[in-house]
Amino acid sequence: MSNLEDLYREIILDHYRSPRNRGELPSPPAHKVEGFNPLCGDEVTLYLDVHDGVLSDIKLTGHGCSISQSSSSLMSAAVKGKPLNDVNATIETFKQLMTGHESALTTEEEADEEVDLRTLGELAALQGVVKFPVRIKCATLAWNALRQGLDEIANQN
Amino acid sequence: MSSFNVRRIRADIPLLQREINGRKITYLDSGASSLQPHAVIDAMSRYYELRHANVHRGVYQTANEATEAYEGSRAAVALFLNAPGGADEVVFTKNTTESLNLIAKTWGADHLAQGDVVLVSEMEHHANIVPWFQLREATGVEVRFIPVGDDYRLDLTKLDELLDGVKLLSVTAMSNVLGTKNPIAELAEAAHRVGALIAVDGAQSIVHGVTDVQELDIDFLAFSGHKMLGPTGIGVLWTRESVLDTMGPFMGGGGMIADVRVDGFTPAKGVARFEAGTPPIAESVGLRAAVRYLTGLGMENVADHDHELTVDALTRLESSFDGRVRVIGPSDTKDRGGVISLDVEGVHPHDVAQVLDQFGVCVRPGHHCAKPLMKRFGLAATARASFGPYSTTRDTDVLLEALTSAVSMFG
Repeated sequence: MSNLEDLYREIILDHYRSPRNRGELPSPPAHKVEGFNPLCGDEVTLYLDVHDGVLSDIKLTGHGCSISQSSSSLMSAAVKGKPLNDVNATIETFKQLMTGHESALTTEEEADEEVDLRTLGELAALQGVVKFPVRIKCATLAWNALRQGLDEIANQN
Repeated sequence: MSSFNVRRIRADIPLLQREINGRKITYLDSGASSLQPHAVIDAMSRYYELRHANVHRGVYQTANEATEAYEGSRAAVALFLNAPGGADEVVFTKNTTESLNLIAKTWGADHLAQGDVVLVSEMEHHANIVPWFQLREATGVEVRFIPVGDDYRLDLTKLDELLDGVKLLSVTAMSNVLGTKNPIAELAEAAHRVGALIAVDGAQSIVHGVTDVQELDIDFLAFSGHKMLGPTGIGVLWTRESVLDTMGPFMGGGGMIADVRVDGFTPAKGVARFEAGTPPIAESVGLRAAVRYLTGLGMENVADHDHELTVDALTRLESSFDGRVRVIGPSDTKDRGGVISLDVEGVHPHDVAQVLDQFGVCVRPGHHCAKPLMKRFGLAATARASFGPYSTTRDTDVLLEALTSAVSMFG
């Protein structure tokens, strides 16, 4: 059962049961972006407020499995109020955490680039997901939506 | 039940000997795909080892044997279905999906036009919805839905109104989500009364009971080999000869022609015109072995066994979880097969399936390619357990043990 406990850590179950930053922001001015996983029906909608290079507020709605919903909740807590540079770095680090497993199978070089879990804080709880390849898309759903939303905001300006 | 011994069946199936996460596999995903007995696997191996050649071509010994094997499979399937016209009514396809598409893209395109209605139901698999939507785009036919009632059965109270203008009723014999078995003979009679034909999606029903196309008095039947202990890659479209003769060819290529000239082609007669290219020969051999195996068990016995398992599972699920585990399907076990969709309070189906996997329990989470039905009941997904002829109440024991763990983990 160790793998399963690794997947469903207490932090993950806590964010699933009590999601943070749940709700909506008036859009506009907030930027609204949706993420959708057609295979399992998981959905997340993000509302992003960016002011002076800072992600000043983030709210989200959605439904899906514990991994997709806790990941979006953990993400919102990690990036809210952060300068965009830090947000971008966190997205990159998180995606690296999720793909680390696959790259370890492909090239040794990439496998050497280990993610420094200390920079991830609570997000590190999601590392158990990489042992369940079919669940990685659940964990990355909100993050891909955030990346898309921030890119759309950058393109508007 | 002299010929039906579930312990012997289990011993015939190599995959049931596997261990998953340190536990003997508990395979409860037969609704997605069944497991194969040695008889099927060995028949295919022996075919490749001794007889393989392309069919309908060569004059040498093995080519003749391969052709006889392939055509022999067609005859075996015809017998299994009690097809009135025999092997000449059995078209081999890739799977149920291709069989249903074949109806829409040949018979549908030839016989239906704007103003005609195709009547399906709200509990159909996408494979019996999307081809009709595609036909609607091409020809302007109307696609109408029989609603599903709160009892998870077809609501036939307004059937006469629904049948107005209908040229084809296309409906599943057994829901792959609810386990509901539909009254096919009654629907066939109603369709014929208004001059419509009836097509039946038999993907689930084919391995859950007897299918006699004459007794049901239907016009088309679609099903897959791999859901009835046979291999993947082969499906069947049965249709009466009188209907088949009115259908144009399907895909173009070798084998489906009578003649090809620089100015055009003439399609072959009979089932050949729907089977372009090298067909699934080894798969047909495997399918024939599956038909022989199931016939040996007796489909009445298979149906009785499925019924006993379903009654037992529904009774125990009902009494075990203080209402936290809800069955999405009829509680009345008459006309209901062993496909059991579960909604676990507070636990997403993907998480249910993930926890169950740790117990070696294989179930299917998701919308089961039946999104209109999911929407009807306000669900995004369910976790579905489904029985095969080799399933036992022991499988249900492990399912309940694993569900208990899932419920307490997310409690």
